[in-house]
Amino acid sequence: MSAAAYDVAIVGAGIVGAACAQECARRGMRVILVDRDAIGVGATAAGMGHIVVMDDSEAQFALTCYSRRLWQELRSELPDDVEYEQCGTIWVAADDEEMAEVGRKQHYYAARNVATEVLDAQVLNTLEPNLRSGMKGGLLVSEDGVLYPPCAARFCAQRAQELGAKFRLGDSVQLIGQGQVVLSDGSEIRAEFVVNAAGASAPALTPGLDIKKRKGHLVITDRYPGFVRHQLVELGYLKSAHSVSSDSVAFNVQPRRTGQVLIGSSRQYGAEHREVDHGILARMLKRAQAYMPGLARMSTVRTWTGFRAATPDKLPVIGPSTFDKSVWLATGHEGLGITTSLGTARLLVDQMTGMQPEIPIEPYLPSRVGKEHVHA
Amino acid sequence: MPSMTLTVNGVAVEVETGTTVAVAAILAGQPCRLSVGGAPRGPLCGMGICFECRMTINGKAHCRSCQILCEPGMDVRTDD
Amino acid sequence: MTRVACHKFDVLVVGAGPAGMAAAACSGQCGVRVGLVDDNFSPGGQIWRSESAGRPAPEAAGWLERLRAARVEPLCGVRVFDAPDPGVLLAETADDLCELQYDKLILATGARERFLPFPGWTLPNVMGAGGFQALVKNGLPIRGKRVVVAGTGPLLLAVASHLRKHGAELAMVSEQASWGSLARFGVALTAQPAKMVQALQLKRDLAGVRFATGSWPVAAEGNNVLERVTISRRGQSETVACHYLACGFHLVPNTELASLVGCQIESAFVRVDDFQRTSVPEVFCAGEPTGIGGVELALVEGQIAGLVSGGRIAEARNLFAQRKKLRHFAAALDDAFQLRPELRDLPSAETTVCRCEDVPYSRLQAHPTWRAAKLQTRCGMGPCQGRVCGPATQFLFDWTPDSVRPPIFPARVESLAALASSPEPEQPAVTGGH
Repeated sequence: MSAAAYDVAIVGAGIVGAACAQECARRGMRVILVDRDAIGVGATAAGMGHIVVMDDSEAQFALTCYSRRLWQELRSELPDDVEYEQCGTIWVAADDEEMAEVGRKQHYYAARNVATEVLDAQVLNTLEPNLRSGMKGGLLVSEDGVLYPPCAARFCAQRAQELGAKFRLGDSVQLIGQGQVVLSDGSEIRAEFVVNAAGASAPALTPGLDIKKRKGHLVITDRYPGFVRHQLVELGYLKSAHSVSSDSVAFNVQPRRTGQVLIGSSRQYGAEHREVDHGILARMLKRAQAYMPGLARMSTVRTWTGFRAATPDKLPVIGPSTFDKSVWLATGHEGLGITTSLGTARLLVDQMTGMQPEIPIEPYLPSRVGKEHVHA
Repeated sequence: MPSMTLTVNGVAVEVETGTTVAVAAILAGQPCRLSVGGAPRGPLCGMGICFECRMTINGKAHCRSCQILCEPGMDVRTDD
Repeated sequence: MTRVACHKFDVLVVGAGPAGMAAAACSGQCGVRVGLVDDNFSPGGQIWRSESAGRPAPEAAGWLERLRAARVEPLCGVRVFDAPDPGVLLAETADDLCELQYDKLILATGARERFLPFPGWTLPNVMGAGGFQALVKNGLPIRGKRVVVAGTGPLLLAVASHLRKHGAELAMVSEQASWGSLARFGVALTAQPAKMVQALQLKRDLAGVRFATGSWPVAAEGNNVLERVTISRRGQSETVACHYLACGFHLVPNTELASLVGCQIESAFVRVDDFQRTSVPEVFCAGEPTGIGGVELALVEGQIAGLVSGGRIAEARNLFAQRKKLRHFAAALDDAFQLRPELRDLPSAETTVCRCEDVPYSRLQAHPTWRAAKLQTRCGMGPCQGRVCGPATQFLFDWTPDSVRPPIFPARVESLAALASSPEPEQPAVTGGH
């Protein structure tokens, strides 16, 4: 029985795990980052890489706003290949009802000191001439941004490494618990704390964790510089009174620094295989074309899929496991992993070290689960 | 052989029928495209798989010029 | 708005090179309804590329006649990019979308050249060997132009001969295989009389041309365009002024469509049984994707696939012996033109390896796998989808490629969107980020 070699063993080297590793190392902890594959190749590599504030709940707003600010503070240190761009988000309103939502959002954010600007149809058209005519306007959130996630994850992991963190990459983790990480080759890593940052695979390591895979599709085009300047998201999802379909698509495009256009988004429940689902891909692209007709003739270069880790209440779990003192959870980030990775890391390590977190921690605690929730 | 005229980056080029746009670009001394880093590039594979021959033809970007036959009056430009 | 053309065939052949034409002709002669598609603007594939518009290559003429007799019309300018369901392929034309339905599928997608990076290889007028020949056939004048042909494989001599016939000044042919390898290959040729004749003809065509074995390009240089090439030969370097460098390192099979359809791939080739059937029911494969073996083998395999798809098993069996013999040749080919390890040292740190995304050698070295390198550097994420840098990095770093996803060629957004039938229904709430 050897003494714990590490203070923290983090399982999952995606953006969340890498950010946690960086934060732990920054605070002088002895860290090991473990993953069955290379750094940032899972959902991190599949995602859109956006950094956005969201307002679906107070807790979601608090975490996204906090974390977005941390990215802004970090930006001057980010290397070029992370491709951080503060391009801003425009929430696009297609009709009066959505325009009313724009107004509501603007008030919500204004009350919380987040800068936004209501755009009328004309201004929207000036800013984004390739949106189809007839849009009513939108809400510009100018401090939102995008980055290239695999390199961002690598950056965080490398930072951790420079501060002494070790990596153990390439072997699957069989189980975690009681201060141990057991790998597929039988070897063990002992740590005072073990962090489950394994995203959609987290339930395999922490049985009972209510995280479900939510599959997404993405498409990237060839280079068309200037076609879209901001991240664009539709407000159209408000329209539906009845949610009969378990699969959904929404208009969401993003400019990459290369001039390529990244097109999303889709959500599917219960899909377990990685293969591209032609039907939902087609629906997603059709919707995108409806908002930006110029996309239709553009050349697509690649399509891919990824699995988001979704919790019933759409908030991540960040904090101590309720049944094993050594296990901590940092997972369930759904589509906001990139945005909230830095905030997650801070909140997690604050709790580990007994420091006061900057935002209330209760909504994200693993112990909150067990109350009644509707899985949307 | 019958011939035709088209322009590559604004410069008139005369080619024989059956000539591809990639060849017209070479005859005009123009690169097909500029790489990400701004370097001039021309066709490599000649069969439509390398994408180095991409040009903007009559306003349409990213056309594989090695697989496109020249037509009279075509406006061909270096792809960026 | 895209027009969607729908075609329904009993047998669909993808690729109108020798294997595809033979398959389609034989299948058509069995009385079934056959479709033959190709992304080029005329049939013949690479090796039988026609030299002038409207007039096919002489070697192709016979098969084109048989196609006409079998009432098979090649659909040219049709590029397959997806296989959404069994029995359906999706393809694009210049402006439209094609849905191709089939009961049986014959994949004759051919091969492409392998490119290896070396300093200056991205300069305009450095092309593949077959690539350069394709441009010459498509109208590039080369009379009086100085050309260096380099790389490896029988293609080099075929190209050199063609170029010379069109008046090019062949400065040199530089073959990386050793003299010993070539001598052994020559011996293997004696078992194939037709090929011997070809080889002797080539020797005559190329009399007086400098031919170096154990030799490879070390650098291409010039100001925005190729001006000279440095060739290594027996440890010595020699710089040759030239207008064009035609350089390719043999062939790699185009197996992307086969992979997409679910065919088992073994050692980089599509696995087929004696009847050219792949592991997927009703899907056949013929020609280079089953093994690089040249025109004659492609023709025999194509005929077998065509006959079997049309139910003429006995006739197909009659070709087995010929195929076996030609496969010996394919093995000899493979053996003779193995890439030597020195070629791994050709790129310098700054040499571009991924041409689409401008990723230099030095940035790739650090990564353990193709996937890690791809995600961190974008190597392989460009429009060529790794067709150029994939085989190069496989040789340089021993990386294995990713699985294949649609579209297997860049396709328009509207083409990928075409499968969505009805207008978008009202959406449920999409929350929690995107």
